[in-house]
Amino acid sequence: MTKAVQIKGVSKKYGSYQAIKKVSFDIHDNEFFTLLGPSGCGKTTLLRMIAGFETPTTGNIILHGQNIENLPANKRRVNTVFQNYALFPHMNLEENIGFGLEMLGWKKDKRECRVNEMLKLVHMEQFAKRFPSELSGGQQQRIALARALAPEPEVLLLDEPLSALDLKLRQAMREELQDLQRQTGITFIFVTHDQEEALAMSDRICVLAHGEIQHLDSPINIYENPTNRFVADFIGDTNFLDVNVTGSNVHATSIETPLGINIDVPASGVKVGQDAVMSLRPEKISINKSVDGVSLPGRVMHRTYMGGYTHYTIQLSSGADLRVSMRNNISNNINYDLNEAVTLGFSPASVRVLGE
Amino acid sequence: MSKLTMRFWGVLPAYTVMILLMIIPLGIIFYVSLMTSDPYGGYKPLFSLESYTQILYNYDWDNNLELNFQYLLIIGRTILLSLSTAILCLLIGFPVAYYISRQRKEVKPVLLYLVTLPFWVSMVVRVYAWVLILSNDGVLESGLRLFGFVDDIDSLLYNNGAMLTGMIYSYIPLMILPIYASIEKLDPRLLEAAGDLYSTRIQTLYRVIIPLCKAGIVSGFILVFVPCLGTVLEPILLGGGKTMMMGNLIQNQFGVSRNWSFGASLTILLLCIVLIFLFLQARRAAKLNQGAN
Ligand SMILES: Nc1ncnc2c1ncn2[C@@H]1O[C@H](COP(=O)(O)OP(=O)(O)OP(=O)(O)O)[C@@H](O)[C@H]1O
Ligand SMILES: [Mg+2]
Repeated sequence: MTKAVQIKGVSKKYGSYQAIKKVSFDIHDNEFFTLLGPSGCGKTTLLRMIAGFETPTTGNIILHGQNIENLPANKRRVNTVFQNYALFPHMNLEENIGFGLEMLGWKKDKRECRVNEMLKLVHMEQFAKRFPSELSGGQQQRIALARALAPEPEVLLLDEPLSALDLKLRQAMREELQDLQRQTGITFIFVTHDQEEALAMSDRICVLAHGEIQHLDSPINIYENPTNRFVADFIGDTNFLDVNVTGSNVHATSIETPLGINIDVPASGVKVGQDAVMSLRPEKISINKSVDGVSLPGRVMHRTYMGGYTHYTIQLSSGADLRVSMRNNISNNINYDLNEAVTLGFSPASVRVLGE
Repeated sequence: MSKLTMRFWGVLPAYTVMILLMIIPLGIIFYVSLMTSDPYGGYKPLFSLESYTQILYNYDWDNNLELNFQYLLIIGRTILLSLSTAILCLLIGFPVAYYISRQRKEVKPVLLYLVTLPFWVSMVVRVYAWVLILSNDGVLESGLRLFGFVDDIDSLLYNNGAMLTGMIYSYIPLMILPIYASIEKLDPRLLEAAGDLYSTRIQTLYRVIIPLCKAGIVSGFILVFVPCLGTVLEPILLGGGKTMMMGNLIQNQFGVSRNWSFGASLTILLLCIVLIFLFLQARRAAKLNQGAN
């Protein structure tokens, strides 16, 4: 796999504030790569350094083998879709989309051809002569995409492009973005603080916090095998319980849990005696169903009906609370009442032990 | 009170001031311009268009109308000098405004204050300062002579160039401020977007910044051009009274020449020039807006 972008020891300081702390990673060609993290973690800063709006304090940024960290933005074959779209208000849509091509010196007829192609790609052909102020948010979003894709950049950068849209539109645009990425084969670097969006769209996700990489992997691995407590907490919902590590080898980790049981769970890097938590996802726990593994009695303390799901909070006899999520499908359409006695079940294989 | 009567009382003071200080005096001027001038000063309440014909014609010995370019020359000079002032102010003022807007937060107010500083000094003093600079053996000439650039300069003062210099100096803050305001309003992301789409700084200037600052440029242009049309001081002090502009001409009619009707008709003409200019501008703006919305 060839590397589209290499980030090598890049850090960024604003005054005395370290926004990015020496990060290194590679982004592959034709990849849908996502930078995910809470507000203020440095996602935008990293993206702006790739785009050329900021220069790294240290480190190198390499685009297809060429050092670009000192090139101005207009010399980088990289285009950006801005969060607020930043369409030129004094140009109609055609002119907006054609702007980059014009600056690259494309001839008029070739340009028109490409602009029409782009308008078709984002399903906006009939709007060519309109101005940005005459479009809805979703339509502006499409034009911003078309404008950034028109010059066929080597990498497309997207800074929270969907955050200004309402939920339904956001979900529709997710699929459109994925389709666009596949059709064009352009490497996408996508910034979001919405973990669901990241899981749904990405080939790989880089989870950032405080300017540092927490975990970089495929969505499945990030969700199923988070590297630390922050990642497990930030991505999806989970139950954390403080545990004592009583044994650890390459095959398994033995833990003593506050549930009143000791179990062997999949191996982790955590050593005996180290502070640790176990993470157990709500949907990995069953109610009143025999499973291979642990069974624990408890009572329903809280119930939240969500339509497709019902969330329960179950208090166990040990005093610990566990959140459980049940899918309301054909075979599983029972609602448990408050205070009803239930039996929880989960497999130790679903438990992850994490250092702090 | 209903909303409508509230609104009526709300705008009443503004309308009162406008009617008292604008509409009525203008009406009086218009009335006087249509009267016959009295050789002993003032006017006679007799309807006549003579003061208007006087702008273009005068009577020869046989009492025939004869074209007279004397006043047209002054009108032409006024328009030309005012236009040149506005254009030069734009050429100088835009880079200055742009430069100020690029400075750090703490520096900007200081620079803006410096731009407006001359307003704190009386107009007469400011223009007179240029007399001291440009006069024979003035600051400029003696300075240049000191460094051996020149021997003896003929006349820096009392010509169109001196007037132009003085007018640019007097009115340039009125160009810088509105342009600065419009540059400040510009979304910096649009500039980043332009750079991102491969445009150089110069291209960004011409394709994004200038078009989006058009409102500021136009209002700056009007704020400079219109008062220039009626300027009085610069021609007197820097033009030496030899090269008159419309302001002086009008002033003279109400003063030494004691020809109120003619003065009033010149005033109405000046007003028309301004209105035509503003009308053309408004039509262009409307057309532009139609495109943008
Ligand atoms: N120009 C700047 N000057 C000083 N500090 C800055 C500047 N830009 C960003 N920062 C700081 O750097 C940190 C990272 O900012 P950044 O914009 O990259 O966050 P982000 O991850 O994109 O957050 P969000 O999800 O809210 O957009 C923040 O703490 C921010 O305050
Ligand atoms: Mg951001």
